[in-house]
Amino acid sequence: MAKHETPLLDQLETGPWPSFVSDLKAQAEKRAKNEEGIEFQIPVNVVEDLLGVVELSYKHGRTHWKHGGIVGVFGYGGGVIGRYCDQPGMFPGVEAFHTMRVNHPAGKYYSTNYLRELCDLWDFRGSGVTNMHGSTGDIILLGTTTKQLEEIFWTMTHDMNQDLGGSGSNLRTPSDCLGQSRCEYSCYDTNALVYFLTNEFQDELHRPAFPYKFKFKLDGCPNGCVASIARSDMSFIGTWKDDIRIDQDAVNKYVENDPAYPANAGAHKGSKDWGPFDLEKEVLGLCPTKCMKFENKKLFIDNANCTRCMHCINVMPRALKIGKETGCSILCGAKAPILDGAQMGSLLVPFVEVNPDNDYEAITDIIENIWDWWMEEGKNRERLGELIMRQGFQKLPVPETITNFILL
Amino acid sequence: MSDLLDNKEAATEAVMEWLNKKAKTKSKFYLKDFYKIFPDDKPRMIKKVVNKMVEDGVLEYWSSGSTTMYGIKGGGIQHSSEGEK
Repeated sequence: MAKHETPLLDQLETGPWPSFVSDLKAQAEKRAKNEEGIEFQIPVNVVEDLLGVVELSYKHGRTHWKHGGIVGVFGYGGGVIGRYCDQPGMFPGVEAFHTMRVNHPAGKYYSTNYLRELCDLWDFRGSGVTNMHGSTGDIILLGTTTKQLEEIFWTMTHDMNQDLGGSGSNLRTPSDCLGQSRCEYSCYDTNALVYFLTNEFQDELHRPAFPYKFKFKLDGCPNGCVASIARSDMSFIGTWKDDIRIDQDAVNKYVENDPAYPANAGAHKGSKDWGPFDLEKEVLGLCPTKCMKFENKKLFIDNANCTRCMHCINVMPRALKIGKETGCSILCGAKAPILDGAQMGSLLVPFVEVNPDNDYEAITDIIENIWDWWMEEGKNRERLGELIMRQGFQKLPVPETITNFILL
Repeated sequence: MSDLLDNKEAATEAVMEWLNKKAKTKSKFYLKDFYKIFPDDKPRMIKKVVNKMVEDGVLEYWSSGSTTMYGIKGGGIQHSSEGEK
């Protein structure tokens, strides 16, 4: 029988979606049975108490967590978020229920072995409850006690070659799409750049440096699979300078409805009968700048007016390809609940080369200039986007090498 | 870097003096508050020195998860005040 009655939480399980309540109940039962004979280092009934405290919060309409604290691991000012329960008498298992952020690898490539090892560690020294992944991208390990933090950190760094992620007024763990490792649209190697930025800015990741949090996110192309334009203070979106490459024969195969050339690479096939492919209706008519035309079996694109929306490339991937002179655009200042509502990033640098041979010099110059300005001018708890709103976009500093390039 | 920030002992003394002066009303401070102690220095240098003071056990972090603050080690909220032994 469950330790705490949870009628309000039980209701959440009746909806059509997978429920975190069911997952927590399963985990509570797993810990109680302990068929694997784990020597739990935190209370066995931590998950039952977690369900109890969440139920009480629903009942009272307010939280019973005290967020924050001095907890952490030696030498790091981030990666651990203190959390305490204000009802330790009723729920002793979650009296201290700290969160740990684990720095996810670029592109979130894991081996099953690694995940098993991490879960084993978390079952042993934590609640076993995880969040794959938090909005910053990290693996979130939910619920352990203060005493376990250093032990977990030691095992991660010494046995698993794994670091903690960012939290607090730090640089947060950079996050990216799969990039060129899997995707033909990617204009630069997002994984390599994330790896570089993570190593280059270790100090900023682990020790508070800023007035508030700071996030990098990297999209390999304007499809924006990690939505960097909306979710990061500094967004890197792949783009190209030259023309979209057109294979006219392949365009005609699409027009002729050749089965080897399905629209959208067959992504929507089978969901309903879409009828025969119609280039005019499905591509030309949907081009936001109307910069395309198809005449005499030939497709023309007025590239100067292309805004790189990716629609035509997505629909006819065998016929159209991104240009060859690739790099990225940099946008700044996105944030969700900003003064006047959600704010998207604004374009700061239209094109910058992504060059690993010179340690991404052009990109790091831009980053450091912006950080210096924000650290100097930003108020406490003011995000970059809010500072831009307060002082004006024109104040954003851009290195001369970039402005000269843009003016050219 | 100013002479004050460059001299570890003098910088620590200046920080402790400033924090102790404020201790009656506050125990945790934003990084930006330390800029006042070193008006001639760049924020990035100040950040390095203040974080070194944490490493040396003079100061300690307090983090809400989204913001980080600094305080004198052992001052203000501690593990014991959260009910921990």
